[in-house]
Amino acid sequence: MGYDKRIDGRRPDELRPIVAKAGVIKRADGSAMFKIGNTVAYAAVYGPRDLFPRFLQDPQRGTLRCRYNMMPFSGAGDRVKPGGSRRSKEISMVTEKALLPVLNLEDFPNAVVDVFIELPQTDAGTRCAGICAAAIALADAGLSMKDLVSSVSVGKVGDMIAIDLDYAEESYEGVDVADIPLAFIPRTGQITLLQMDGLIDRDSLKKALEMGRKACLQIYGIQKKALKDRFASAAAVNGNGNSDGSGDKNE
Amino acid sequence: MAELLVPDKSIVVPGEEVAAGMDFLPTEGIYRDGEKLVASRLGLLVVDGRLVKLIPLSGKYLPKRGDVIVGKVIDVAISGWRIDINSAYTAMLSMKEATAEFIARGADLTRYFTFGDYIVTKIVNVTSQNLVDITMKGPGLRKLSEGMIVTVAPNKVPRIIGKQGSMVSMIKDATGCKIIVGQNGVVWLQGEPEQELLAVTTLRKIESESHISGLTDRIKAFLDEEMKKLQAGK
Repeated sequence: MGYDKRIDGRRPDELRPIVAKAGVIKRADGSAMFKIGNTVAYAAVYGPRDLFPRFLQDPQRGTLRCRYNMMPFSGAGDRVKPGGSRRSKEISMVTEKALLPVLNLEDFPNAVVDVFIELPQTDAGTRCAGICAAAIALADAGLSMKDLVSSVSVGKVGDMIAIDLDYAEESYEGVDVADIPLAFIPRTGQITLLQMDGLIDRDSLKKALEMGRKACLQIYGIQKKALKDRFASAAAVNGNGNSDGSGDKNE
Repeated sequence: MAELLVPDKSIVVPGEEVAAGMDFLPTEGIYRDGEKLVASRLGLLVVDGRLVKLIPLSGKYLPKRGDVIVGKVIDVAISGWRIDINSAYTAMLSMKEATAEFIARGADLTRYFTFGDYIVTKIVNVTSQNLVDITMKGPGLRKLSEGMIVTVAPNKVPRIIGKQGSMVSMIKDATGCKIIVGQNGVVWLQGEPEQELLAVTTLRKIESESHISGLTDRIKAFLDEEMKKLQAGK
């Protein structure tokens, strides 16, 4: 029993339909929604703000703190127990490490930037969707960044190398499945996240990474558009008054 | 050789290449990577001769020396007060900078400023570690009593104030409210309840429409009309 045609009829290098939107949470300093197929991620950024307890502060640069959370009835299977787990703790950590290379936090010593990622609906590829959403949210929060981060999962189901596996593929029975979430800095092509579940040979891995890189560039375009759309009307017109931002003091 | 890769006055996102060639110089919000100039924030691109800069569209207030701001007392320490200034950092108001009065050792500092008080204050110094020192010595710097506080986006403050304070004076004249706009985006206002409300609505309108040209005229028309409605209602 092989796997030569994808369950949902996609081409091997085809992403699920993506919707991205910036500025969805009003009270947050920056926020974004990233939906890929049936996986939905919301990210909210708060800060930079004071970091307590004090021993966590870094006097050289700001700290990034991520929290990844799957909501209890988000999956198709069993109810996820609310609260943190080993899994969510690990994903929080890798998310943090995937995003940190692009952030310039030197201007905010002793402060913290909090990123909360919530997944109300999941169908595999959650950490990737979370990272994509978080990258948009961080930019929306006005933080200084070298670039955005784009992320997608690649993998091998049976003999087929494919990108953006959904849950049905990831848990496909009877064949070997490799699931490799990755994150890229699109401009430089540097990898900030690379994990693997399952087995894959060297050549397939190379091929999969190349497909992932192309897909990430596609996602990058969508992320960029989401950010630009948020302020779309601002581009059509130029500033009124003093655009240098200096502004006179009142009275 | 040197060329712009995106049009002037367009919105750019972090990581977007905005110009190529060594003839352009990166300033605020832009960094150089080899031959390319790259945006490092979300904002509006402005090209001024050879200088390329970026006006941020979002982000928190960054304390700057000389800024007049509105802050809130959040802690009373041994020799001063800690003030929330709507930024990533809090500011410290020392006893010496707070008042010209003699304060005896061990005196109760809450007599001067207590928890929850709002003050108009000026930043005297910001250190490399972002420790912010503020002062109450200067014209118009004082404790605020009565009135209401609203918070606006710090990067819209120049629009709310306008050229030489034209915009804020216009709102003051039309509504009869007293208004103080802090550079940190905290605004204090005081007046008749309906007029306070109108002033707040106007601030929100400026905040959301600041990027559309003809702002002053639009706000003027809006204020005239709303004031007429208020007068008719009486």
